[in-house]
Amino acid sequence: MHPWQAPVRNKLARNPVTRRASRRACKEARQLELSGGEILIQSLKEEGVEFIFGYPGGAVLHIYDAIYQQNSVKHILVRHEQGATHAADGYARATGKPGVVLVTSGPGATNAVTGIATAFMDSIPMVVITGQVGSRYIGSDAFQEVDCVGITRPCVKHNFLVDSLENLADTIKKAFYVASTGRPGPVVVDIPKDFTAPGVTTTFDYSAPVEMRSYNPPSVGHPGQIRKAVDLILSAERPMIYSGGGVILGDASEEFRQFCKKLEYPVTNTLMGLGAIPGTDKQFVGMLGMHGTYEANMAMHGCDVLIAIGARFDDRVTGEVARFCPNAKIVHVDVDPASISKTVTVDVPIVGEVGQVLVAMNKLIDENVDSIKREAVGQWWAEIEKWRGTNCLQYDRSGDVIKPQMVVQELWEVTSGDAYITSDVGQHQMWAAQFYPFDKPRRWINSGGLGTMGFGLPSAIGVQLAYPESMVACITGEASIQMCIQELSTCLQYDLPIKIINLNNRYMGMVRQWQEFSYEKRYSHSYMDALPDFVSLTESYGHVGMKIEKPGDVKSSLEEAFAMKDKLVFMDFITDQTENVYPMIEAGKGQDEMRLNPAHGRELA
Amino acid sequence: MRHVIAVLLENEAGALSRVSGLFSARGYNIESLTVAPTHDPTLSRMTIVTTGTERVVEQITKQLNKLVDVVRLTDLTETQFLEREVMLVKLRAVEQGRPEIKRVSDIFRGRILDVTESSYIVEITGDASKLDAFLNAVGKDNIIEVVRSGATGIARGEKSLKV
Repeated sequence: MHPWQAPVRNKLARNPVTRRASRRACKEARQLELSGGEILIQSLKEEGVEFIFGYPGGAVLHIYDAIYQQNSVKHILVRHEQGATHAADGYARATGKPGVVLVTSGPGATNAVTGIATAFMDSIPMVVITGQVGSRYIGSDAFQEVDCVGITRPCVKHNFLVDSLENLADTIKKAFYVASTGRPGPVVVDIPKDFTAPGVTTTFDYSAPVEMRSYNPPSVGHPGQIRKAVDLILSAERPMIYSGGGVILGDASEEFRQFCKKLEYPVTNTLMGLGAIPGTDKQFVGMLGMHGTYEANMAMHGCDVLIAIGARFDDRVTGEVARFCPNAKIVHVDVDPASISKTVTVDVPIVGEVGQVLVAMNKLIDENVDSIKREAVGQWWAEIEKWRGTNCLQYDRSGDVIKPQMVVQELWEVTSGDAYITSDVGQHQMWAAQFYPFDKPRRWINSGGLGTMGFGLPSAIGVQLAYPESMVACITGEASIQMCIQELSTCLQYDLPIKIINLNNRYMGMVRQWQEFSYEKRYSHSYMDALPDFVSLTESYGHVGMKIEKPGDVKSSLEEAFAMKDKLVFMDFITDQTENVYPMIEAGKGQDEMRLNPAHGRELA
Repeated sequence: MRHVIAVLLENEAGALSRVSGLFSARGYNIESLTVAPTHDPTLSRMTIVTTGTERVVEQITKQLNKLVDVVRLTDLTETQFLEREVMLVKLRAVEQGRPEIKRVSDIFRGRILDVTESSYIVEITGDASKLDAFLNAVGKDNIIEVVRSGATGIARGEKSLKV
């Protein structure tokens, strides 16, 4: 196996039958003289691509003609290019395989930028193919021309402007390689129209391995550093394990779970890391950060050794950096050297793939299992249990309005905690993270870094296509859902039975919450006046709409909706307008200065 | 602190903008940046002069290394190194000032490249402080135009930056 193949998780490639078939196809293709459009499709086939999410236009018409003449790669027609990128992103998050997008030049490319930036911030592997005006028109302000490589440069892992038909296949191969190795990310390939023209052909050969002298992602960590880290980890009396999206993206949950089980230390996950360890596991003390649990943040604040794995010390996690984990020695494992000591200085850095490093650490822990300070850690647990006893996620369930938290809890019950959950951005996103414990990785699909409203519905499309038999629900709000609501049309075209859980509080809830806390309740433009009737809107798109107004109807209507296995159901839950997300660490505050739900009736921290 | 970073990168369209874009996007300082192809035409060599705390400079080198077009880099300031910059100065050269400017440029081992009745163009090579010193010596009033290349740098001795 070539080293460049190792990190690519490709289900198709693991299947020996498909593999043989694709090798055969590959051999035949090698002798073929193909046009650029055909080369592109053939390359995608070689990469094992199932779906392209796209929208046609002038600069990609040749490519669309090539798509029309084959059946192996399925094109999913979205209704807006932002939807295409989010759908491909959702597909990638759920499967681990790179998502593929095809859009036209100019507005097609600019519309895709939000989705590209979303994937970039969360390190999601994606290959975005953009059409470009003909090569001889580049720079002439031609119709639908933008400098796509220039516009996307700051929000891609890498991008390419294809410079000749002969280099097209090689560029596509490099794009997949760069997108899916090391710290993954989106790669844009901008293809001038003339390089895809039918009738202009070149020999297609996809067999040569990628060689890039300037790109060598790290794999195994430094053994000396790993030993140093394990020594520190075993010496801990008040340890804390803090894992992020890197464990999910690196498909290292199994190794991570073993690591946690051996040590029996408390574990917290970032928003992007949920599912690395079962959300229902006793060792799991909840999410940390701005809306993390009381026990997770207090334990972070009090720990003496912090073990950060595949996490990047984001500002929503650290709060005020100067007050972050004041007494802790820090071990940090990350595949990206630039993530290390970027915001918080660490004591033992390890650069390498999380899975590989964990295997090595697990082995060392096994050899020294007796040196774990079980007694001290037991006392530490007792302290954490006291914090846990405050039951910080508790909320007032009395009253005759629907509490948004309750909807999420009931959703968990009805789906037995086994659904793929996508979300948009805002209060509903935090409630989803807090009240839907994920027992498996890749089940929680949300825009963590960029915080992109409009992400939920299109990403659910990608997930449902990848797993047609699974339950997929999009937890959203009445503000977010309207940012990409046109994708309801895509869902109809491809029969996607997504369940949309709309927590409708008639406010941009998170904005309203900050205005309540920090702007003396001056609700400047956070009120969503003139909302559509979501039920009839959904019905006009050909789906089922439901409006739920009473707490007593929440569970039964969820059951009713999930019983409709072949239908998209839009559930419009009319929820409490005044509910806030707690606990909360406000800007500039330390981890130990949380604001708790007034339902507790006292200030705890 | 001032750091001089030498970078080898793919000689490809857009590589320079990736570097300059990184500096502007992340708010890093650039005092000067020079770039040209090397003896291997597939590679360009860049010298970047930047200022920042140790922490910022560490991030700069890591972020530069992360760029897919960057093949290799080194922070020259961490070792013994040579630094040179070329400056061309057009100076007013009239009456008694004329021989004085000639004398000063000799002292700085400058070369007069162009002569008219009223002006000289002087070429000076050296590190940034030498170039500054020359400009001070000839005096602001005599300077018509200045162009500086920005610093180029190379490590002394056996150490080298190559593929």
